[in-house]
Amino acid sequence: MALLTSPSRTSPTPAADPPRRAPAGGEIGARVLGGVSQGFLLVWGAMVLFPLLWAVLSSFKSDQDIFTSPWSLPSHWQWDNFSRAWNESHIGTYFFNSVIVVCGGVVLTLLLSSAVAYVLARFEFPGSRVLYYVFVAGMVFPGFLALVPLFFVVQNLGLMNSYLGLILVYAAHGMSFSVFFLTAFFRTQSKELAEAALVDGCTHWGVLFRIMLPLARPGLVSIGIFQFLGMWNEYLLPLVLNTDEKRYLVTQGLANLAVTQGYHSDFSGLFAGLTISIIPVLAVYLGFHRQISAGMTAGALK
Amino acid sequence: MHHGKYRFVVSLLAVPLLVYAVFVVSPYVQAFPIAFTNWEGLSAEYHYIGFGNFVTLFHDSVFWVALRHNLFLLVSLPIIIVTLSLFFSTALNYQGGVPGARIYKVVYFFPGVLSIAIVGVLWQFVFEPRNGLLNGFLRAVGLDGLARLWLGDGRTALGSIMAVVVWGGVGFYVVLFTAAMAAIPRELYEAALLDGAGAFQSFWRVTLPLIWNTVQTALAFLVIGALDMFALVKILSVGPGGPDDATQVISLYMYTNAFTYGKFGYASAIGVTLFGINMILTLLTFRLTRRERVEY
Repeated sequence: MALLTSPSRTSPTPAADPPRRAPAGGEIGARVLGGVSQGFLLVWGAMVLFPLLWAVLSSFKSDQDIFTSPWSLPSHWQWDNFSRAWNESHIGTYFFNSVIVVCGGVVLTLLLSSAVAYVLARFEFPGSRVLYYVFVAGMVFPGFLALVPLFFVVQNLGLMNSYLGLILVYAAHGMSFSVFFLTAFFRTQSKELAEAALVDGCTHWGVLFRIMLPLARPGLVSIGIFQFLGMWNEYLLPLVLNTDEKRYLVTQGLANLAVTQGYHSDFSGLFAGLTISIIPVLAVYLGFHRQISAGMTAGALK
Repeated sequence: MHHGKYRFVVSLLAVPLLVYAVFVVSPYVQAFPIAFTNWEGLSAEYHYIGFGNFVTLFHDSVFWVALRHNLFLLVSLPIIIVTLSLFFSTALNYQGGVPGARIYKVVYFFPGVLSIAIVGVLWQFVFEPRNGLLNGFLRAVGLDGLARLWLGDGRTALGSIMAVVVWGGVGFYVVLFTAAMAAIPRELYEAALLDGAGAFQSFWRVTLPLIWNTVQTALAFLVIGALDMFALVKILSVGPGGPDDATQVISLYMYTNAFTYGKFGYASAIGVTLFGINMILTLLTFRLTRRERVEY
């Protein structure tokens, strides 16, 4: 638990106690330095925001506007760009496909990896260390190595171009990090509580479902958000395992659209599609940014 | 009691292990034998040809170009991204946190949550030669001479893609380094200040040694990332691998061999080579950056 909360809670230290004991020369130097670095911070912020804002604004413009006045606000706001992108360019279908695959993938990853993590954290049995390393090793190996055989595994199981195939692959690939993270999480939880429940006649299943999983909720939420973003952004796996245009996911559909639509020159429609794909992810991020950065730093600083 | 425990363990592990074994372990294991075959196309027929693929690879000029690009990215991207992120997070933590530090961190991270594919499509528009944001900006400020075919010109194509990686990557490392810096006790900086240390000295003598472990992790992430680069290169490159292979990287070359030409054996050999290089580099990164852990 400490693992999760400590970085984010302590980071914005209030500047309540600025060190005023510095010699006068140092003070001026420090101010100049502070001002200069503030300037750089602002410039970088603008560089990050500008392309995003530009894309969102362009999605409301007509093609004419985009070409003739790329810098101004839309002369009149064209909402039909969005309906065109959603219906005619099938972003709506791709969006729906992504929602199914990602939700299925996240839920399955959480179920499978919490089971594994709980067992690895709580039970000693022959081979448990090896098992842990087998799962964690998946984080280090380059996904590319497995690409060709994975394609054939999925094909031989008859799971090409199916939701189920992608969900299973996503879940399997999501397990490495989740098992790593949740094992650490379950280890920090009190052993006494579980033992007391066992003595009181609770079964192992009862302990898991009635005590351990509810206690692990913050960890499960962090991993869930983390996996959601990762799976929503996945590009390579669907590109290889999902070649039916009706089953395209948002990332795939958009990249494909950028190629095909480039010939039709429907730039406003493309920008609208881009905006539709950017907004939900940014919304999830803004809603959960604390948990996300806490989860990321906890995973990396471990 | 004991019996019940084992049954519980086995029943919890069975399904996850099966899924993991089928979709993660078995593909990795299969990749190695496939690399020694001449498997082409979708027919099931193939023969073991020993190191044949690796010999071909050794004489394949495109592979060497791709490898050179990967190695170049491997050195330059970590240096650029870590330097920038260290600079920004030091600035954010300046005297315990500049005003708006929280907002900066949230904004910087925006590109980090976007799909690489979406980032790629977005930057396609930015680099678009006629109506793109970048050339539009250059013309608007009177620097018409600098406007060019960013992705279509062999001299700027790889650099343009690198700029996108830096644009998207810095936010994550800023958050990472800021978290690590925030964990350093304030007293250490006050003591350094009393001893007459300036901002630069306290960065070199206090901050950097204390967050070195995090910097090391960041370097390892970036090294692994620089070997991949698939999505961005695939989406941003003009044609497969840019004009005249100017943006060719190993992962894209492997993908093209497997799923465009159907040379599965050859592609797997590229994958195995990539794996070997990856392992060596990861170990090397940890070796080179290893240092006594500083306790505080």
